[in-house]
Amino acid sequence: MTDLPPKLKELIDDLSLADRSERAEILIEYADRFHDVEPRIATRPFPEANHVTRCESEAYVWAEDLPDGTQKYHFAVENPQGLSAKSWAVIMAESLSGRPLEEVANVPTDVIFNIYGKDLSMGKGQGLMGMLDHVTSAARRKLRAA
Amino acid sequence: MTAIAERGYATPEVLVSTDWVAEHLNDPNIRLIESNEDTLLYPSGHIPGAVQVDWVADLNDPVRRDYLGKEGFDKLMSKIGVTKDTTVVFYGDKNNWWATYAFWVFQLFDHKNAKVMDGGRLKWEQEGRTLTRDVPAYPATHYDAPRRDDTKIRAFKEQVLKHQADNKPLVDVRSPAEYSGEKTHMPEYPQEGVLRGGHIPGARSVPWARAANPEDGTFKSADELKAIYEQEQGLKPKDDVIAYCRIGERSSHTWFVLTYLLGFEKVRNYDGSWTEWGNSVGVPIEK
Repeated sequence: MTDLPPKLKELIDDLSLADRSERAEILIEYADRFHDVEPRIATRPFPEANHVTRCESEAYVWAEDLPDGTQKYHFAVENPQGLSAKSWAVIMAESLSGRPLEEVANVPTDVIFNIYGKDLSMGKGQGLMGMLDHVTSAARRKLRAA
Repeated sequence: MTAIAERGYATPEVLVSTDWVAEHLNDPNIRLIESNEDTLLYPSGHIPGAVQVDWVADLNDPVRRDYLGKEGFDKLMSKIGVTKDTTVVFYGDKNNWWATYAFWVFQLFDHKNAKVMDGGRLKWEQEGRTLTRDVPAYPATHYDAPRRDDTKIRAFKEQVLKHQADNKPLVDVRSPAEYSGEKTHMPEYPQEGVLRGGHIPGARSVPWARAANPEDGTFKSADELKAIYEQEQGLKPKDDVIAYCRIGERSSHTWFVLTYLLGFEKVRNYDGSWTEWGNSVGVPIEK
C-alpha cells in the first residue's frame, strides 16, 4: 500500500484495526461531511457523462483541473439514503484531490474492500468501483493530454 | 396513497403501515427487522427496537453460494429474540428491496408470521419519525425451524432451463440495460461478474421498481400492479412464474408483489439469476 495517497493509506490502516461497528461509525462520520457538487461545477439536471452507471445510489463525478496540474474531485449522490456512496465520495474528495495524477490513476479497486469490508454486496461494490473508475479515468485522461 | 386495506391486494395483511409500526413499537410479540442494501444505514439510525438482519452476514452461507441452513436460521432467530409466535416486520431501503429479500429467505423456513412495512425506511424518514442509534438486545430464544424448503418458492438453474424450454413465463426484473445486455458490454466497465449479457429467452422485462411508488417507496395498488403484470405483460394468476435478476435480490421484491399483492399461485425466485446464467456454458441467451 506504499503507493497509495497518504490520507487513503491512513484511513485503511485505521480501519484495519476497527471492528464492524467501529468501521460503520467511521464511515458514517465521512458520510455526514458529504456536500453536493458546487453550483459553479454543475447544476441539475446533471450530464449523463458524469453519471456512474453502475451505482444504484445515482452518483455523479466531476474532475476539476487545478492550476498546479492536479485535479479536485466533486460528487453528487442523488439517493439521500446512499450513505456508502456519500462516504466514499468524501473519502475520495479528501484523499485524492490535489494528489499527483499518476498516484490517483493507480488507486486500485481493492481499496474499496479494505475500507468497506469483504462482505460488501456485489451491487454496492460495483457502484463504489464505478465511482472510483470515473476518478481514475479522469486522471488518466489528463495525464494523456499532458 | 390510500390505506393498505383499500388497495385491493390479495393478502393485504402482509403489509403494515408506518402508523401501525409506530403503534406497536413496544409490543413484545413484534420484532422489527431492518434489512438494507447499504449496511451503513442501520448504524446511522433505525426504528427504535429494530434489529438488523444483513443478507451477507446473516442470511448467506459463509462459504458456499447458498443461504443459511436450518441450524444457522435457528441461531439467527435466537440471536434476534424471535420465537415462532413472534410477528416479524421487515423494512429497509430501496423500496423495501432487501426487506423483501430477507422476507423471502424467512419463508424458506416457513416463518409465516411475517409482514413488510409499506414504504420502508424512506417513508418512515419522510414522516419525520424517530430513529435511534441504540442497538437493542433481546433475550435469546429457542427456535426450531423446519429444514429449509427449496421446492416451493425457489428455483434452480436446471428447473429454469426446463421452464424456459416449456415456454413458461419468466420475468427479468433487472434494468432495461441489463436485460438487453448493453450494460455488461459497455467499454471500460467490468463485466459485472458475468461473461455474457442479455436475458433468458422469452423472459419479459419488468424492472422490479415499477411495483413501487418512487416518491415514498410504498407499493402500487392492485389495479396498478395488474396493469403492469397482467394487462401489459400478459401474466395470469394461475401461471407458473419464475422471476430473476442478478443474484435474486431484486426478484424477491417481484416475487413478493406477485405472490402476496396479486395472489399469483406459483411464483419462484431464481436466486442463481444472471450471475449464474450469464456464466454458464451452453445455456440459451437472447439479446
